[in-house]
Amino acid sequence: MENIINWTIQILLLPALSPLCVGIIRKIKARFQNRQGASVFQPYNDLWKLFHKDEVISSDASWIFRFAPFAIFGATLAVSASLPIFASFLSNNFTSDILAVIYILAIGTFFLALAGLDVGGAFGGFGSSREMTVSALAEGGLLFSLLVLSFMSGTTNLFSISGTIDSLPLASLLPVVLAFLGFFIVLLAETARFPFDNPSTHLELTMIHEAMIIEYSGKRLALIEWASANKLLIFITLGSSLFFPIGIAHSMGVIAIAAAILFYLLKVLVFCVAVAIIESGIAKLRLFRLPDLLLFSFILSVIALGLII
Amino acid sequence: MQELILSQTVFFAVLALFGLGAISSLFFRKDDKLANLAGSFFAILGSLLGIVYAVAALYSDTSIFYEMKSSFPLLSYNFNIDRLAAFFIFIISLISLFCSIYGAGYIKHFYGKYNIGTLGFFYNLFIAGMLLVVSSSNILFFLIAWEIMSLASYFLVIYERDKQENIKAGFLYFVMTHIGTAFIILALLLLYKFAGSFDFLAIKEAVGSIPPLAKDAIFILAFIGFGTKAGIIPMHIWLPAAHPAAPSHVSALMSGVMIKTGIYMMIRIFFDILPNAPVWWGTVILICGATSALLGVLYALTEHDIKRLLAYHSIENIGIILLGLGSALVFAALNMKSFAALALIASLFHILNHAVFKSLLFLGAGSVISKTHTRNIEEYGGLIKHMPQTALFFLAGSMAISALPPFNGFFSEWLTFQALFEGIKSMSSFYRWIFVFSAGSLVLTSGLALACFVKAFGLTFLARPRSEAVKHAKESSFSLRLGMATLAVLCLLLGLLSGFLFAIFNKILQGIKSFGDYDPALVVSQNHLISVNGGFSSISAPAIFAVLILAGIAAFAIIRLISKDQKVKIGATWDCGTNLGPRMEITSTGFSRTIIMIFKGILKPSKQAGIEYSDANMRYFPKSRTMVFEISDVYKKYFYKPLYSFVFKISARVKKIQSGNVNAYVLYIFMALILLLFFAV
Repeated sequence: MENIINWTIQILLLPALSPLCVGIIRKIKARFQNRQGASVFQPYNDLWKLFHKDEVISSDASWIFRFAPFAIFGATLAVSASLPIFASFLSNNFTSDILAVIYILAIGTFFLALAGLDVGGAFGGFGSSREMTVSALAEGGLLFSLLVLSFMSGTTNLFSISGTIDSLPLASLLPVVLAFLGFFIVLLAETARFPFDNPSTHLELTMIHEAMIIEYSGKRLALIEWASANKLLIFITLGSSLFFPIGIAHSMGVIAIAAAILFYLLKVLVFCVAVAIIESGIAKLRLFRLPDLLLFSFILSVIALGLII
Repeated sequence: MQELILSQTVFFAVLALFGLGAISSLFFRKDDKLANLAGSFFAILGSLLGIVYAVAALYSDTSIFYEMKSSFPLLSYNFNIDRLAAFFIFIISLISLFCSIYGAGYIKHFYGKYNIGTLGFFYNLFIAGMLLVVSSSNILFFLIAWEIMSLASYFLVIYERDKQENIKAGFLYFVMTHIGTAFIILALLLLYKFAGSFDFLAIKEAVGSIPPLAKDAIFILAFIGFGTKAGIIPMHIWLPAAHPAAPSHVSALMSGVMIKTGIYMMIRIFFDILPNAPVWWGTVILICGATSALLGVLYALTEHDIKRLLAYHSIENIGIILLGLGSALVFAALNMKSFAALALIASLFHILNHAVFKSLLFLGAGSVISKTHTRNIEEYGGLIKHMPQTALFFLAGSMAISALPPFNGFFSEWLTFQALFEGIKSMSSFYRWIFVFSAGSLVLTSGLALACFVKAFGLTFLARPRSEAVKHAKESSFSLRLGMATLAVLCLLLGLLSGFLFAIFNKILQGIKSFGDYDPALVVSQNHLISVNGGFSSISAPAIFAVLILAGIAAFAIIRLISKDQKVKIGATWDCGTNLGPRMEITSTGFSRTIIMIFKGILKPSKQAGIEYSDANMRYFPKSRTMVFEISDVYKKYFYKPLYSFVFKISARVKKIQSGNVNAYVLYIFMALILLLFFAV
């Protein structure tokens, strides 16, 4: 019974929270720009509105275009069920592997890029090309930064990593921090934030993510927007639960779990603030400067790996 | 029952069926239909029997020997089919089966243009040659089989002989494969010299008498020789030329199966015949594998000929296979048998998976080419509407080769990663960094492969047609679709059943001398949970599949629940105010240009711009602009060109002795005779 409750929270928490995350970032950015900004719950309203709108689909689109939002959203759901969110004891040996999570996320990227190509517009193709470039180069940093953690904790299972990392000696702080820096760069790249992509623009020179979904409307757009919010929270969760698993519940217990969820919310808030500050503080980089940054993330992770093995 | 299947008669019946197919299709060469029927029918029958035979041999407890002795050593044929050979017989028969089913329909578009009889003859001979290569147990016999396979495939490459480029590709293949064979002959003759026997089993017994230096020499020669067949960079130049030239179902066989015979012989020699290899063998293979994988996928990205693109992906996947093979050799050298087994299983599994999805992709490409009559991706587009089923199968193949779960490619790549991780964890400093390098190159490779197949699938099947030919394309005929459909289902099944397959792989390895008994590092529990290295990593194929399906259903349910009666309107793509033409879509060149520019240090792209003006004196109004993008071949420039000019120089020197004077020639013959006699005594 308790397990069922735990798993229900585990599966529902992330998709339920993710629009809020986007709302918070938008709010903070608005405050930085001296605007009042919409309510932090505005993304929920947006999704609700989109779900009830009629849809226009291009006559050039095939079933790939129609099917892609489900694959993209489904991939994020599958990953969010495999992440340690508030409890490390919910061991899931079946899908909660580093590589499995990375490659399931890649399914989403694959279909997103195909959907961008499918309508044959001028924007979609470029978006797909850029997205695939960035995600191909980001994968190295992502895998190696998480690999640092798994070598330290002796397992590639995400739940087990989150259970062992906070009991590590202080000496291992440096590699964790280096790996985290590498990871954070990938977080910005994979979730289409500054300096890689501008999530709030439709300016053709800078678009990556928005360019691919430009032909979507109605419920399918809602699914994609929700999925990209999920992806943001997935990466934030990876960062908070794996690199800083403070407060995560190691055993069953109402208080422990309640405290863990509270801690989790707090950490997510910190991440959102960090992302918002970065977005407000720096400009978007030129496309051909992005590989340097991604290579930097990869090298940081490799150095961290060199420190621990 | 098993004994009955494993009898000598059944094995020879398999070969005889292919022989019959070859001869009968040649016999009916006057009648295209009959020749096709005969060739394909016997090939299908032979493949079916081959599969049955291979499965029985995989489950047999002992290796099987067949012998046809004769007093003359050149004519004595020994067959030794252990489980490793049986595994390869299985792959060859499996892929041949689907390629033959596909071929039966595909060949029809050659009717009246080329001779169907010769195609059937060489096709059957080619498959029989591959079967002989993996089952022969005698050096001389092996070389004959190797040559049958190479020559038959050469004739298949130049089958469409009216195209000049095919003849050129065939010539390159002919030269390269024989350079490779020369190295192989040297390696095998060295084995013979020290072990004193042509028989592989006898050589295995006498391996103690081979000095370490000779072993190293054998390793280098064999690696170059078999590496040429496998298509390892820089010996790969024939592969992207020859595979596209052959008819598509033959390309599928060449890419899916033939290049694996090189890998088979590497496993046979480095693990079975010469166990206890030094560590550096493995490291050399690891480095070559990592470079091949990365460069292979980079060159694939630059291609817009769909079959050349797939051919470069074969180089990439051979690289991934070598990563498993190389780490297995390193582990075996350091006596870490259980990890060596893990790595070799990863390699074998990827061999099987690559055979399945690469042949599927080649067959898919073949159907597209047969309907559009071009291999240029730039001229495709929108084919998903004309060939929906082909598109679906190609998509399955693309997802499998990009290692997306739950398809089979993911599980073998996952396992290869595990082997590399184990290397990073357990090696000492220098070797550890080689493993880090390999893992880094593998992760970059898989990312780029994903990008490349978004390009290959997206630009071929999606968006609007970019040429007239595409608009008239129709779905391919039943036999083509049947061949592809079964392979696509296999891609999924091999992924789901990976847990079950590992038990078979463990059994295969037990027959290999380097392994014998070992603690498996790879444990598959009752509920299909695959866990490696004592729980370092674990994964479950059915669970991933189920979670993905459930998540997809959840997404559908959300839509159903929230948005109930929203209408869908069909409109035009936003055209920015201009006409929606094919020029508005992204091109294959444009898609990969970003990545090419990022890797310009390796790919060395060049750009030539030219403008023609309406009025040459007044340069304001350009009439036409041309832009030529090129990729220079680094290995051709720095490896083959110098080699070529070196050989050319030497030939020019040697030419001096060709004086045209008959007396001088007689003197040469006499000197050669004296020298030979001198050495013989």
